[in-house]
Amino acid sequence: MENAPIITAQNLNLWYGDFKALKNISMDVGEREITALIGPSGCGKSTFLKTLNRMNDLVPGVRIEGDVRLRGQDIFAREMQPTELRRRVGMVFQKANPFPMSIYDNITYGPKLHGVRNKAELDELVERSLRGAALWNEVKDRLKKSALGLSGGQQQRLCIARALAVQPEVLLMDEPTSALDPGSTMKVEELMSELKENYTVVIVTHNMQQAARISDKTAFFLLGELVEAGPTAQIFSTPQDKRTEDYISGRFG
Amino acid sequence: MKQNKSFLKKIELPRTPAEWLEAVMNFLFFLCGMLAVGCVILISVYMIASGMPAIRKIGLFRFLFGTEWASTAADPKYGILPFILSSVYGTLGATLIGVPVGLLTAVFLSKAAGPRVRTVVVTAIELLSGIPSVVFGLLGMQVLVPAVAKAFGKASGACLLSAIVVLAIMILPSIVSVSVTALNAVPPEYEQGSLALGATDTETWFKISVPAAKSGIAAGIVLGIGRAIGEAMAVMMVAGNSPNMPDSLFRSVTFLTTAIAKEMSYASGLQKQALFSIALVLFVFIMGINVVLNVILKGGDRDAR
Repeated sequence: MENAPIITAQNLNLWYGDFKALKNISMDVGEREITALIGPSGCGKSTFLKTLNRMNDLVPGVRIEGDVRLRGQDIFAREMQPTELRRRVGMVFQKANPFPMSIYDNITYGPKLHGVRNKAELDELVERSLRGAALWNEVKDRLKKSALGLSGGQQQRLCIARALAVQPEVLLMDEPTSALDPGSTMKVEELMSELKENYTVVIVTHNMQQAARISDKTAFFLLGELVEAGPTAQIFSTPQDKRTEDYISGRFG
Repeated sequence: MKQNKSFLKKIELPRTPAEWLEAVMNFLFFLCGMLAVGCVILISVYMIASGMPAIRKIGLFRFLFGTEWASTAADPKYGILPFILSSVYGTLGATLIGVPVGLLTAVFLSKAAGPRVRTVVVTAIELLSGIPSVVFGLLGMQVLVPAVAKAFGKASGACLLSAIVVLAIMILPSIVSVSVTALNAVPPEYEQGSLALGATDTETWFKISVPAAKSGIAAGIVLGIGRAIGEAMAVMMVAGNSPNMPDSLFRSVTFLTTAIAKEMSYASGLQKQALFSIALVLFVFIMGINVVLNVILKGGDRDAR
């Protein structure tokens, strides 16, 4: 059951200006597992997620200390290009953000950036990615139509397909279903369980039922601290920390 | 008294002083709005009415496609093709220089520049748009024209090229400010999505931000084109003003605008009527540009939806 870690964070501290948003976080992310990050708003779970593909670098005034490794490679090292890191660690955002172009162009955007030019290869990637995101059957006849014409749930699965198209090793998801209706949420959750076969998924969620349903490991963040991390079943049945118990039983947050 | 009352009720005249004030103000606003519409209608009617007689006398084809303009000769010729082509080439040339420079400036300001640099550049561009065209002309005359003559070994630098350079600078503010607004309005989610896929900043700006802002940028370009084609003063001071066909960048040329401006003060008879016809042609050009602009803006709205 225990999978070898693909990402290890050691003593990670992060400041936005004077505000310390992450306090000494150390945790592992197991390969081909779903790790859920839970906690109340502003607890640092999204910040931690965005550190893993260095999207936090874009925030003005951010300062990061500590060590994060992807398969043993220091992600903050000089020789680690953020572009290469982000190709290997894909991201799906809270609000579906397909580009204002066709479905096909949305999928091929990433591969083209990384040098795939061959038409047949791109076609194949589009089909594989859309199948991987359980969207192929719904859109195969309108690949050249604007992605903005899709429903919210379809748009989010397109964003997942777009992230898959660059063949990442890890997929980060920042509350990917919080803007979706229950039906679409169910589809995305089913999809995540399938993605686990080939990918490592780290998901931030506000929805504790969701974390309990889909994740293998759960990490509970509070006020920038990692309070407790462990197998999901254990976190939800026998939490070790009083604060975790209070949160999951709905006493605050 | 009774009659009066029922009359009041029917058209619902205001009753309290506040309501009266409201009604009067509303009427005033309406009047001001109508003033602008009225002016456009009046100008249009006047342009057509005063522009048509000469065209009818000269013949539309000979007027538009005649290559010789000799309004004061014993046997006067009224062909305005040299003016039309000069205006078109001058505008195109200014666009060719102004658009790349303006677009790159806009991308820099909207995406790359730090707040301090941005403030400085934005202020400079706002000032640039506020400089009167006669000042552009003056500088062009004193600095650019001699420089062009020297650089290319010509007797005079007052030519199409000088006009193009001056116009290119004059249209920069329109292109930059409208493009910056459009680029600023691109949802940051698009750019984040691109960066998260491993794109660099530059790739993101040119593959995502600029395409997403394309209708706004196009509007800025069309606005610049409108400004270039309508400019008279600065052009007159640097273009040489001979009614030549613009067959070379170094030819002294006359634009549609300058053709009118330089002869109007002493023109009479058919010559004067022909100048009105030139104004009508210019008017049609500007109207066409505005139609294009509206189509672009409407198309942009549709894209957004």
